[in-house]
Formats: sequence, C-alpha cells, structure tokens
Amino acid sequence: MTTMVIKYVWEVPVRVAHWVNFLAIVILSVTGYYIGAPKTLGVDPSRFVMGWVRFIHFVAAYAFTVSVLSRIYWAFVGNSYSSWRAYVPWLTSEGRYRMLETFRYYTFMSRKVPHVTGHNALAGATYSLVYCLFLVQVATGFALYAEHAPASVMHKLTGWLFLLFSNQGMRLTHHLLMWLFVAFAIHHVYSAWLMDVKERGGVMSGIFGGYKSVPEKE
Amino acid sequence: MGKKRVGGKGDSTEQKIKRDFVERSIWEEKGISRRDFMKFCSAMSAALALPVTFAPRIAEALDQVKRPTLVWLEFQDCAGNTEALLRASSPTVTELVLDVLSIDYHETIMAAAGHQAEAALAKVLKEQKGKYIVVVEGSIPLKDNGVYCCIGGRSALDIAREVCGNAFATIAVGSCASFGGLPAAAPNPTGAVGVKEAVPNARVINLPGCPLNPDNLTATVVHYLTFNKLPTTDSLGRPLFAYGKRIHDACERRPHFDAGQYVESWGDHGHKKGFCLYKMGCKGPETFHNCPTQRYNEKTSWPVAAGHGCAGCSEPQFWDTMTPFYKRLPNVPGFGIESTADKIGAGIAVATAAAFAAHGVVSALRKGDDQSGKKED
Repeated sequence: MTTMVIKYVWEVPVRVAHWVNFLAIVILSVTGYYIGAPKTLGVDPSRFVMGWVRFIHFVAAYAFTVSVLSRIYWAFVGNSYSSWRAYVPWLTSEGRYRMLETFRYYTFMSRKVPHVTGHNALAGATYSLVYCLFLVQVATGFALYAEHAPASVMHKLTGWLFLLFSNQGMRLTHHLLMWLFVAFAIHHVYSAWLMDVKERGGVMSGIFGGYKSVPEKE
Repeated sequence: MGKKRVGGKGDSTEQKIKRDFVERSIWEEKGISRRDFMKFCSAMSAALALPVTFAPRIAEALDQVKRPTLVWLEFQDCAGNTEALLRASSPTVTELVLDVLSIDYHETIMAAAGHQAEAALAKVLKEQKGKYIVVVEGSIPLKDNGVYCCIGGRSALDIAREVCGNAFATIAVGSCASFGGLPAAAPNPTGAVGVKEAVPNARVINLPGCPLNPDNLTATVVHYLTFNKLPTTDSLGRPLFAYGKRIHDACERRPHFDAGQYVESWGDHGHKKGFCLYKMGCKGPETFHNCPTQRYNEKTSWPVAAGHGCAGCSEPQFWDTMTPFYKRLPNVPGFGIESTADKIGAGIAVATAAAFAAHGVVSALRKGDDQSGKKED
C-alpha cells in the first residue's frame, strides 16, 4: 500500500473563491428563478418582495463577478495546482493522455485511480468550460441589468452583446445557464465524493482546510 | 390666412399686450381660443421636457406663419400612423399644427391623384430643395431591386433616396419606417428596412411605435418650428423627450412589481386588482417609450392601463425579439412548443442526478480500484 503524506494544495484565495462562488450561485439561482417566474408573495402593495429579491440578486452578482475574476487572476499568480495550466490539459500530449486515462476510469473501462495532487485532467478541462459559462452568465446578467439605463457605463460595456443575442434570447441564455450550473453542481459534488472515497486523498476536506493526502513519491 | 404676426425682443410692452390680447391670431381664425392655444403650448413644452417658461417661445414660433412644406410618403405600411393622426376626436390644435405646415403630398388624404399627385411631389423637390420635411410611413423593401413596393412606376427605394436625400429632415413615423417593423419580421421576404438603413445619407429622426403616438410627432414638429432644429436623439435615432425613459420605470403598475404582486392568469384576482403584468409577458422592462405619461388617443389610455402587457413595439425588430408577447421567456428552440426552459432545465438536473446516482451505485459495488490498477489483497 502506498504511503501518503500531507500536502498544502489549495491556497486561501482558491478556497475563498470556491466558497464565495458556491454561496453566490445558490443565492443567484434561487433569486434568479423567482425573478424569472415570480409568485405573488406580496400580501399588500406596501411590501417590497421583488425589490429585495432583485437587490439580493444584484449584490450576489457583484460578489460572484469579483470572485470569478479574482480566481482567474490567481490562476496566473498562485501555486502550480491553481495555475491556468491545470485547466488546459488538452494543450499537451501528456495532458491529453491523462484526460483519456481519467475518462477510462470514470466509465469503468479501467481500474487505475488517476491520483493527482491538484485537479485531475478531466476536471481541469471541465472547470475551463464552466468558467467560460460563468463569464457568459456574468456578461449577460450585467447586459440585462444595464438595459434600463442606455447611457450608463455598464450599458456601454455590455450593450454590444445585444448584437449577439436577441432581447429574449439573452434572457433565455441567462436562464438556461442557471440550470446547467445546477447540473454541474450535482456532477461536481458527486465526483468529489467519489474521488474522496477511491483516491483517499481527502479531496472533500481539502477544499475546507487546503491540505490533501498524496502518495509519498510525489 | 391670418395676419403676418411679427413679434420680437424689441417690442414695447404695448405691442406685446396688443399681440397677446387684442389681435386675432391664425389660431383664433381657426376656432382655437387664445387660452386653448396657450394650454397647448404649455403641454408641448411639457412633452418636450422643457421648462414651462418655454411655452411663450413656442407660442411665438407657432404664431408666425412660416408654412414649411411637409411631404408624407407611404411605403410598406398599413396607414396606421396616418390613422392615428387623423383619428383625433375633434379638430384639435394638433391637427392645426399640421395645417400650419403645408402638406403638399400625402397619398391617403390628398385630393390630387395620378400624374397630378406626382407633379405636386416633383414641384416640392424642385422648389423647396433642402427645406422641406418628409414624413415616411412604412418600410422600404430592398430585395430584388425593390420591386415589392412601387408607386407611380418607381420603387420605394428610388423615391426615398430622392425625396429623403434632398429634405431638411426625414421623420420616420411608426416602427416600419424606423426599423423595418412587421414587413421586416423573419424571414423578411421583401428585404424590408427602415428609412435610415435604406437612405444612410438622409437626416432621419425615428418615431417608432405601432402606431406612433401622434403627440410625439406634433412635439417633434413644434420643436423644429420653435428652435429650427431637430430634438436630441438616443443611439437609435429616437428623440429623448419621448423615448428617453423606460416604460417599466414610469409605469403605474410598477409598485405592484416591486411589492411582488402579479397577474398570474388573465382575469384572475390580481388582474382585477390591477397587479403587475410582468408574468403575462409584459415587455415594459425592455422598452423605451413615453406611453405611461403621454398615453394614446388624447391621453385616454395605453395598453398596460387597459390590462394588457407591453409588446415592446417601439424597439427594433420587436416582432422577432419581443415574442412570445404573452410569456417572459421564449421556448427553447428544437423542443416541443410547450417545453419551457424550466422544464428542460429541471430535466437536465434530474437526468444528471440520476446518471451520477447510477454511477455511484456501480462505484460502490466495485472493489479493488487503486493507484496501480491492481487488486488489493
């Protein structure tokens, strides 16, 4: 049996960004769903239900945006496990081999657990896609947010998106991406749980404390 | 016509009093009292978002008989904007402002026909070059050399190039003339476009709406008569005084939106109580127009006041981009018409959960996965 050593893998900014993203996505999904398909919750006209829901949505949106951008910044200054290189495994032949290896393991074609200290190759590639979708979600969100003020700075920054999306298409995209993130969250928690069991690397606690168990040879 | 009224800053108080209270103006000759005329001028300064102190200046400008020539062209249209303008309940100041303009050509209302009508237009082009105003109603087809709309043997594009290109300004009334409107809706079989796109070198001001609110046309004309220039516009060429505010922000149902009170189906409790029409697909949050304040038909009503959501008719390509009119979100392309984004989204989430649950069961039953891929002893 392989001897395991404890290693500091996930630095503070990585963990903070992860949990801010988590909280923001939960809040944004719940409030966003209400904004898209509201129910009459205000018992009298003096209430401010939609007002508060939208306020919370916008505050969470700003927190999410800052978190996503900070994490992208950290991909260039953080340690090797959080580096952008971990998210583009398809660029190197070794990365492509590792992606295939992980895919074979996930689809029960191989019994070899692809133990890696940071993200496995398939996970890294998935996070690239998810972060691209995050950026689309942020951009479409701010474009919709700025729609009320055509002369504003925000509208000048995001208004060009209406050349890519129709007015309704923008709303549909923003809404459907939310569901994709729900699906991603299910996959993400399950995969982490699976690897925690099979890899025995403490990937679940790693995102809280930053430490993972890795085979001694690494 | 009325007496030539000359008024200026150099007038003595006596002359001013005489002008304002003694002489009969062209308006009085047409049966409009001085009081009603001044009320109209105040209303116009309000519509143009000017301080009320501008009312006398507007009155002064309108008192002068300048009779700028106006030509009204109709292309791919339903004459709905003409209709909106002519449907004023009684002869109003609005109508008379347009009387003050010399409408030398208007296909729906002019007496002349055939060659005589075309001769009238040719006369304006020759004698008033660079000075007349053109109002265009309807879109201009570009496909197949513009054969889909011809008047007097010439294509709409050909006429628009000549008439709009030589005008002082072009006022595109209605969504068709502004952005192509209904004829330009997908798949746009005639290649219909708005005036600005068809004649890029023309000076165009867009007054979209389906139909436009005639008050906004009157105010634009009054602005021109008063200041001798066109009003400031937004990036879509729409005057800011009429299209500078979002419907949602000036809507009388807005408090119900913020409170969280919605019409959930037609005729329900909320609908009877006048709750927000957001859930019924109202496009007020996406539309800029002064409907909530200016209203239609002599300020009688507007769609949202009548209990129907906004269709976004003053925005470009509204027939394509604002539909479905009665839902917040369009259907997902490629799925059945009753499949909403939420049903599909929830389906994706459930399918994902099911797939991973199955994977989890298999993984739990599988023994012997390890780093080397060999079974442990």
